[in-house]
Amino acid sequence: MLLITLDGDLLEIALRSLRVTLTALVIAGLIALPLAALLAVRRFRWRRAVIAILNAMMSLPPVVVGLVVYVILSRSGPLGALGLLFTPGAMIIAQVIIIVPLIASIAHQSLRDLWSEYHDLLISMNVTQTQKMATLLWDARRALLTAMLAGFGRAIGEVGAIMIVGGNIEHATRVLTTAIALETGKGDFALALALGFVLIALAVTINFAIHALTRTEREARW
Amino acid sequence: MSAILPLRLSGAEARRRGKRLVGPVDLTLNSPGATVVIGPNGAGKTTLLRLMHGTERLAGGEISWARPLAEVRHEIAFVFQTPVVLRRSVLDNIAYPLRLRGQSRKNARAEALDWAGRVGLGGMPDRQATVLSGGERQKLALARALITRPEVLFLDEPTAALDGRSTREIETILTEASIAGTRLILSTHDMGQARRLATEVVFLLHGRVHETAAALAFFDAPGTPEAAAFLRGDIIE
Repeated sequence: MLLITLDGDLLEIALRSLRVTLTALVIAGLIALPLAALLAVRRFRWRRAVIAILNAMMSLPPVVVGLVVYVILSRSGPLGALGLLFTPGAMIIAQVIIIVPLIASIAHQSLRDLWSEYHDLLISMNVTQTQKMATLLWDARRALLTAMLAGFGRAIGEVGAIMIVGGNIEHATRVLTTAIALETGKGDFALALALGFVLIALAVTINFAIHALTRTEREARW
Repeated sequence: MSAILPLRLSGAEARRRGKRLVGPVDLTLNSPGATVVIGPNGAGKTTLLRLMHGTERLAGGEISWARPLAEVRHEIAFVFQTPVVLRRSVLDNIAYPLRLRGQSRKNARAEALDWAGRVGLGGMPDRQATVLSGGERQKLALARALITRPEVLFLDEPTAALDGRSTREIETILTEASIAGTRLILSTHDMGQARRLATEVVFLLHGRVHETAAALAFFDAPGTPEAAAFLRGDIIE
């Protein structure tokens, strides 16, 4: 009942959730996947350190990420002039920081395994560094999809960081998770629960859609 | 285009953890024909092939081709004992080297289809390569190596784990490639295969070239007692 009456606002919030998260996911993917491929094929001095840091950053507390992004984007912060604080842009930045380590770590695991399988062949074919990375990313695309979905799951359900940098402003930065937090605080559990169901439905639908589009598990094992 | 052969090794060595695996080896390989590297297990056949191909680091001595190495790299190919297949379709696997060389997907796949037919994989172009049998994988690897028309093809025990029919099919492909002008350098522990394919034999023992001879002469009357013992089937330490 509540959902039907709240249609307009609800749709707006849900779409904003989706837009912020998907934008963050695309940006994070563009950073994390090439990084993971580079870490798999390239041997450089700080490689092990970078991998260790990425793994450690998987468990970054979102609230702290939010706080740091807030400080950087605030009026007196280094990037204050951009005026990004309390905009969806700030929320996207925070989400990217949270999910890049997650996606890169998971992607790196599978790319590393694939690289050990391909190593001799690609070396014997005199393949360039870029071609190696492209080959790995393409042939491991199923595994990378899992990494991306994990990133999506983390981002769509995230509340701490985007609450801080977004401010949960109605018609501007309110998304499903921050709305749920607000309604729960106000004691409107029915609305909060309804929003929660919408959030879950959204996450599940996106997952199914991506699986259907990419025909995962439809063919023989990769 | 001038030939990349002869390949000259002088005092070539391969080491791992300070231990000498192969060498010093002095060897000159000229076209045409098929050189078969034989020798007991652990003699260094694989390492010698990798050394010549350039995937094994040269620890000492020299290896030189008739042309600069950067050009040579595009004229040689390597087929492993255990073929590595990419997680792609059969066709995309065979087309892969052409794609690396910048050919369009359409052209590369058309040529790959032709090669798939030649090695007997024409009926399954869209099959995932990872589900192929051992023999099919090796034929795939062969097609993928031959599609660039390499001047020199290295093969490390190409039929070691295969049944008779697959072995015969692969030997046929190799013979055709050899007739078409590809210089074969392969290692094998199958003396029958060595007799069938070789025009020249390199007998390797303890990482060194113990004897080099034309195939007919070698199998007829090996020049060293060790080679004779090896051909008889004795265990050589």
